[in-house]
Amino acid sequence: MDELINDFIAETRDMAQALSGAIVAWEAMPDDRERLDEIFRFVHTVKGNCGFFDLPRLEQLSHAAEGALAEVRAGGRVADTALVNAVLAIIDRIGELVQALETGESLASEDDEQLIAALSNQAAAPRAEAAAAEPETKRALRSIRLSVDLLDRMMNGVSDAVLARNELARRLRDAPRDVAVEAAFERVSQCIAEIRDGITRTRMQRIDSLFSGLPRMVRDLAADLGKQVRLEADGGDVELDREMIEMIRDPLTHIVRNAIDHGIESPDERAAAGKKPAGALRVSARQAGNQILIEVADDGRGIDGEALVRKARAAGLLTAEQADRLSPAQKIALVFMPSLSTADEVTAISGRGVGMDVVRANIERIGGVVDVDSRPSQGVRLCIRVPLTLTIIPALTVSAGRQVFAIPRSAIDEILRAGAVRIDRVGEAEVATIRDRRVPLIALPVLLGIDGAAPREEQKLVLLKPAGGEVYALAVDAVHDHEELVVKPAAPAVMAAGLYAGTTLADDGSPILLLDPSGMAKRAGINFAENEIDRALHAGAAEAEGARETSLLLFRTLDGGRRAVPVAVVERIEDVAADAIAFGAGKLRVSIGGRILPLAGCAAAPATGKMRVLRLTDGVSEIAYGFGEVIDIRALVLDFQPAPAPGEIAGIALIDGAQVELLDPHWLFAQHADAGRGEAPPPVCALPEGDPWIDNMLRPLIEGLGYRIARAGEPSDIVIAREEDAVPADANVVRIRASAEGEGVHRYDRAALIGALAAAKPVLSRVEGGKGHG
Amino acid sequence: MAELLLIGRLAGRRIAFPADRVEGVVELEGITPAPCAAAHVAGLSALRSRVLTVIDGLAALELGRAREAAARDAIAVPCDGHTYALLVDEVEDVVEAAGPHAPLTAPVGAGWDRVAIGTIEANDELFLLVDPYLLIAGPAAHAA
Repeated sequence: MDELINDFIAETRDMAQALSGAIVAWEAMPDDRERLDEIFRFVHTVKGNCGFFDLPRLEQLSHAAEGALAEVRAGGRVADTALVNAVLAIIDRIGELVQALETGESLASEDDEQLIAALSNQAAAPRAEAAAAEPETKRALRSIRLSVDLLDRMMNGVSDAVLARNELARRLRDAPRDVAVEAAFERVSQCIAEIRDGITRTRMQRIDSLFSGLPRMVRDLAADLGKQVRLEADGGDVELDREMIEMIRDPLTHIVRNAIDHGIESPDERAAAGKKPAGALRVSARQAGNQILIEVADDGRGIDGEALVRKARAAGLLTAEQADRLSPAQKIALVFMPSLSTADEVTAISGRGVGMDVVRANIERIGGVVDVDSRPSQGVRLCIRVPLTLTIIPALTVSAGRQVFAIPRSAIDEILRAGAVRIDRVGEAEVATIRDRRVPLIALPVLLGIDGAAPREEQKLVLLKPAGGEVYALAVDAVHDHEELVVKPAAPAVMAAGLYAGTTLADDGSPILLLDPSGMAKRAGINFAENEIDRALHAGAAEAEGARETSLLLFRTLDGGRRAVPVAVVERIEDVAADAIAFGAGKLRVSIGGRILPLAGCAAAPATGKMRVLRLTDGVSEIAYGFGEVIDIRALVLDFQPAPAPGEIAGIALIDGAQVELLDPHWLFAQHADAGRGEAPPPVCALPEGDPWIDNMLRPLIEGLGYRIARAGEPSDIVIAREEDAVPADANVVRIRASAEGEGVHRYDRAALIGALAAAKPVLSRVEGGKGHG
Repeated sequence: MAELLLIGRLAGRRIAFPADRVEGVVELEGITPAPCAAAHVAGLSALRSRVLTVIDGLAALELGRAREAAARDAIAVPCDGHTYALLVDEVEDVVEAAGPHAPLTAPVGAGWDRVAIGTIEANDELFLLVDPYLLIAGPAAHAA
């Protein structure tokens, strides 16, 4: 029975957690039948289970909620705010009761009646009570039932087991051969490897678990403050160490609270400022180099730097002289000073004695950084950057002399043999020329002051592109293996070198230092700032000439061909195991990170080993594309020969003197994406005639997006028109303009143009449908 | 209860560490160098599945560098979330202090002045009481 009740507790908790998003969605759209059904199912299940376990209070509560929801389902009642609040209060109470059940505490029952009464048409919901009880419930919902200590101990235990296995392997090699013993040893080895893998994974958690509580919190806060907030969360599949997630939870919560309380204005105020009544709050996570970036951006009133200065002056933290010298960015950064709060009055929401200074201290404690960027009346963007240390990262092991080091794979562009590359000595420095591109060369043994083991021509060059920096080549004595490493922070005295991102243990138990690509560049004195300026200037010049460059990822296909795909559609590059690929329902599919994606680019799964895939995205769906290796990333003006028939290849371009096939992402998505339009004919787009810019620049782009250009007089789905063109009244028009200001889309604003074309699509499919049957 | 002391030998002198700052005594098997790290860092080593930062006691005192040797005695000291292995010439014993420690009244010599926190009596002998955290912090921290 105990076991059953534990199952019930766990199940109810999971359901309640999964439900919090649905409740918010339901409130936004009370006639959303699906959400209503979901919530109804929850209370119904709880009610059923309670009867079985003899839990009268839970049963009473869930019964009342079920009754009210049934009325709504039957159409006898409308889901208004009072009802939604009452149902929420009951679901919260169910959560509390379940938690009490688990810990064996008792919970006062007198206001159960009040909660139930709130469900009836007249009574107002006891909001205050529900809000007060909430934080506790939240914590219970997200607790895991293993302590991290225990996980750590298991992890250490498994690591020791690996070391013991290695020792045993050495002994076995020295002993006379015994096939039976070897087979048994093999099995033990495999088991240990599997356990290790499993334990490592248990420490990792998708950042989703941090984001899943946000919709509910935002909803409650906004409701309390009489504001409207639209929350967008992105990048939930980024993985972080559990411990790291727990460390970020409070600061993130605080930042979100602040954004809603101080940043986003009331609907009236927003309307007066010409903004949409609902404020936008965007929370996103992504991995950038060896850091995880979590960004919280709102479109509220922004931070008032001058007010902060006044406060700081009043508090005696700044002298008048100091205040005068502050740049606008520094004024905004005052928000991180202890005991300064921007709001004139302390509110119940964020005035809980935790300031932004605490947020910053907490982030810095785990080796992270918080940046703030604010524009008056446009909003605030807070960016938390936490290091990858504590996380598992794919890395390449290399050696300098006899010592092994690791390099984060995310920073690696390419690996070359030094003998195959032209290397010039410029003064004391060296420059490598790789496909007509000159990059600075750093020799790892020299940088570290280690005696190198290999002559230059036997060394390998690792092309590195640190986050936010320029490419450079790192010469190493040998390249060993790709490994997934659990990286831990190194001691301050070691980090002081500025070359390392952390430490990790090799399979044989010896420590390995993880190199920091941008730190090495800095130490070697490579001046990226100038390169950056150069690049910015060149980009500007190219823009002025009207030559629009497209960033292309060049890669080798599985059968060795050269192909390219616009970088914009590449979400990321990943390695997948052969057994993650399967043929099903007429398509090849691959499972990555808990999702199943259609797989293009190969005819069948490889028999063994791993395959690299590009994850391509069109913003809505994703597909995977199998390939051999990355060659380069190049920015060029797209000038290509279109393929004779629509298909995987949009055309052929000449890049570095070699023919490269350009992928047609539009065709790929149409063909492979699961929600795809199947065999729908390409949409037809009409363009103004006789304009050389249109013919040479726009047309290839539009065709590249998968549109067919209408012949003269042919009906079309979308009409692209210049400012001066007349268009039929009923057409789907996308206006483009040559001037910087004005109506429509600027001719070089590629993203906006694609956006405008995409926005025209829903209507387009209707037109198409009509035509198809006509 | 009287304070427990770990008695060891460093730079030829017998010294005492407060035992509550010490996790244990380890024998290091191999040290991986950490190029360009602070001068008193001898490198990294592994204790079971943890990475230890090895501190060269001699270098921390600015009295030279420890000799290379195959296996060496070190004192494991947890500090600020990292575990350090403090290389010493020899670890002798854990003893009970005879009383509270006395502050230093005169300089005790180059290097030692920075890391010593007083003198303490145990087993009828007078030892220099050394703070392992100060050894770990190294000479640079003192200068700054």
